[in-house]
Amino acid sequence: MIYDVLIAGAGVIGAMAARELSRYQLSVCLLEKENDVACGASKANSGIIHGGFDPEPDTRKAKLNVEGIDLLYEAAEQLHVPYKRNGSMVCAFGAEEEPAIHALYERGLVNGVKGLEILSGEEARQLEPNLSSEITKVLHAPTAGIICPYELTIAAVGNAMDNGVELKRNFEITAIKAQDEGFVVCSSQGEQVQGRYFLNCCGCYADHIAELVDDAFYQIIPRAGEYLLLDKNEGQRVSHTIFQVPSKEGKGILVTPTVDGNLLCGPTAQKVEAPEHTETTAVGLAAVQRLAAKSVPSVNFRQVITSFSGIRSSEKGGDFIIEASQKVKNFVHVAAIDSPGLSSCVAVARQAVEELRNCGLQLEEKGQWIAEREDPHCFRKMTDEEKDAFIKANPTYGKIICRCECVSEGEIREAIRRNPPAWDLDGVKRRTRSGMGRCQGGFCSPYVMKLIAEERGISMEQVTKNGLGSEPLLKKL
Amino acid sequence: MLKHDIVIIGGGPAGMAAAVAAYDNGVHDVVILDREEELGGILRQCIHNGFGLHKLGQELTGPEYAAVYKERVLERGIKVYSETMVTAVTEDKIVSARNRDGILKIQAKAVILAMGCRERSRGALNTPGSRPAGVYSAGTAQKLINCEGYMVGKRVLILGSGDIGLIMARRLSLEGAKVEAVCEIMPYSGGLTRNIVQCLEDYNIPLYLNTTVVEIHGQKRVEAVTIAQVDEQRRVIEGSQRRIDCDTLLLSVGLIPENELTREAGIAIDPITNGAVVDENCQSSVEGIFACGNVLQVHDLVDYVSDEAERAGMGAAAYVKGEQQTSSLIKTKAGRGVRYVLPQRVHTDQGAVSLFLRVTEPFGKVRFSVTSGDEVLSTALRLKAAPGEMEKLIIPAEKLAAIRDEIIVSLEEC
Amino acid sequence: MKRDLTCIICPRGCSLHVEGEGKALTVSGNACPRGIQYAVDECTDPRRTITSTVRVSNRENCMVSVKTADPIPKAAIFEVMACIRQLQVEAPLKIGDLILDDVYGTQIIATKAVE
Repeated sequence: MIYDVLIAGAGVIGAMAARELSRYQLSVCLLEKENDVACGASKANSGIIHGGFDPEPDTRKAKLNVEGIDLLYEAAEQLHVPYKRNGSMVCAFGAEEEPAIHALYERGLVNGVKGLEILSGEEARQLEPNLSSEITKVLHAPTAGIICPYELTIAAVGNAMDNGVELKRNFEITAIKAQDEGFVVCSSQGEQVQGRYFLNCCGCYADHIAELVDDAFYQIIPRAGEYLLLDKNEGQRVSHTIFQVPSKEGKGILVTPTVDGNLLCGPTAQKVEAPEHTETTAVGLAAVQRLAAKSVPSVNFRQVITSFSGIRSSEKGGDFIIEASQKVKNFVHVAAIDSPGLSSCVAVARQAVEELRNCGLQLEEKGQWIAEREDPHCFRKMTDEEKDAFIKANPTYGKIICRCECVSEGEIREAIRRNPPAWDLDGVKRRTRSGMGRCQGGFCSPYVMKLIAEERGISMEQVTKNGLGSEPLLKKL
Repeated sequence: MLKHDIVIIGGGPAGMAAAVAAYDNGVHDVVILDREEELGGILRQCIHNGFGLHKLGQELTGPEYAAVYKERVLERGIKVYSETMVTAVTEDKIVSARNRDGILKIQAKAVILAMGCRERSRGALNTPGSRPAGVYSAGTAQKLINCEGYMVGKRVLILGSGDIGLIMARRLSLEGAKVEAVCEIMPYSGGLTRNIVQCLEDYNIPLYLNTTVVEIHGQKRVEAVTIAQVDEQRRVIEGSQRRIDCDTLLLSVGLIPENELTREAGIAIDPITNGAVVDENCQSSVEGIFACGNVLQVHDLVDYVSDEAERAGMGAAAYVKGEQQTSSLIKTKAGRGVRYVLPQRVHTDQGAVSLFLRVTEPFGKVRFSVTSGDEVLSTALRLKAAPGEMEKLIIPAEKLAAIRDEIIVSLEEC
Repeated sequence: MKRDLTCIICPRGCSLHVEGEGKALTVSGNACPRGIQYAVDECTDPRRTITSTVRVSNRENCMVSVKTADPIPKAAIFEVMACIRQLQVEAPLKIGDLILDDVYGTQIIATKAVE
């Protein structure tokens, strides 16, 4: 079959683009090189919905960030992805840094950010008592929020699939042949798919994909950022997202609660040779700890439950690239979507669809587009009485598999069944939080392996952590 | 709401022994809530021997030791809710739980906490590097090998010389894996000496002291780890880094009592043991809530878990029957060379009291002394003392009756 | 001959010192008589109890834990393991059930019940 649109890359941008395109009478195929969606930049980032005061005025970033916030909140509602408008604070330490606060405030006004205000250190500490006493001035952005980036991606792909989009995983693109009637795309596994339009949403690999059609007019600079995640005991340490005055390298080290109630500190900003380099380093983790403590000295780092490193795709020009290829017909690039990419993702996806339309793609709305995705956490939100009734009808929801995060067998089975189905341990973890708590899967992983094996009809040794080659078990004794 | 006299949370060695003791002390309406399918807790995966010498007078494997207590529970007709997860305990002793039948709420007269402990994870260690498959906590690997019947790796490095790590070094060797080494960041092993002999020396596995893992390598599966020596402050000594090829990293880096329910119930926690603050009957700061086993303090021998659980069971039974202690509580305190003392407070009118403690570091010959003000309550001589081995000291009843000041336990090298 | 050993009979782990020749050995450092026996055995005929698992063929994903009923010669550990690895058993099993007879003069027995 020849698809109308091929989307390469199932990160948050590819996912949102798939969802946008699923509104129309189109056949769409989403190609992903990993064993699951949200495995690149969307797997591990700060999860911040930025206010929009940071990007330079008159850039795509400024426009799509400010426009994108409400679109994102709306999408999160429809997809039942938990988010919180917790507001953010940018902190200046002393008179030297204060002009930067005023500059950001002015820029925010130009960009059209609502509700911005400048607070004194004292006023800020009234709202956020654990802030350092060294903080003298704060830019408060009440429209900013937090959201889980991979949960958003999974939900958007799931919803797109519910609306007919096809997902192909482990499809690493090795060649793209542009022909009169579109593209023939080949994978490293020797598979082929054909499509009339091509949307490149490959994040840190977008320039590699561009090279395949000889249109690499940009070069992605992969940058790693290391984070520390702390136990829920520390989740109340701050309620706002706490930034420091930005530097050339990025928005500095932040301290923020997560939607799940943990505390997150990071990221560092380290150029890396290749996007696969997501190792954490002793130096990086120490820096996160030191700089986070600068903003919020009372953070108890003995409560760290895990550390990780995420990747982001920067580019020299500094702005998002969302444009049709000048060289290749019906090929649209969406690249260099670094911060505020998550905040802008819906707006970026709409812009990308607009570019496809400009190329000639016909967009005719479907009769029945399903906007909502069933809430994967509806069980957790029930009252005890409702839970009791639900368990009586569905007993697997009464069997707890992950004790730290209180995840039941029923929820795990559902994550393996519903769109997009979890195929591996990390996939179950990202969908259900099983293994994400303080014991980090020590107790539950053997049970989760069994459920994956059973649901997918494979043997225990075939169960992977994150795709082929990551099998935890060697052989049967 | 259901009603039971005593609700025990956890069906491992502590929960089972507490249930039996409570029953035998006259309270028959005792129930055990256990999250697993089968009673026995972590003993079910501890297939090695060495259990029961002190308590049962014979050397048993973990499953055999568990079976003895399971039999005692079942022959008394004690009700067990299996595959039941307790989600909350309140100060008023209402226990909420969940199982395949629905949501359970029980009003108890007394509650015994016996949830055990969990292993410290890689995340808590904050070891830098990639995040491939093949990094296991030792207990998880033990479950996969001994209960599920799957091998986890061919070439293994073990970080941490706690007993589970040592036991797993032997188990993996027996199943044909090459255990490259056991690395211990401290200058001494955290495990029992006998386990160093029969688990490492017997299989020619080197034990590197003052050594830790500083980086994990491998994208999909562990390919190697970098180990390095550390100085007295546990800082990495530059230049001592060494790469060791392996496909598996096992972590045996400490056990943490699972006290989330305890904290939520508002029970006072000892920052050193990470367990509840208790009296000699294992009663916590909330009247009628008791704690025993590894949720109270991490033990090295299951026999002592059973002993402790019996005290908790007897204490809970006495509480339910209204036979409460009336004397004042005297605090205990760790003095020189002692890391902690448990119980943290004792009644003075309840007869002789046993104190349990761990030392701060390995010592040769030492004399322990238990004092209150100027009064020496008891002393004890040991040929050696190590943090990995819990010590027990007894204060005689007649000494205890007269004291007013806090009790201090300390040691002197001799 | 002089040898320093750590007794592995109980968790106390006494440091033992052994002197003498053949079976005429003197042992010091032991806290109980079992230490003497251990030291003599360790110097003349070292033995270990082996514990492992055997797959239960008529139950899905089921292992039964087993042990040697008596200690076997230390030198034969891997040979005995090779024997154990060949085995499969059928449930039901009780603790103490015979799994394999006549292994270095002892048996392999079940340490767990399987219904």
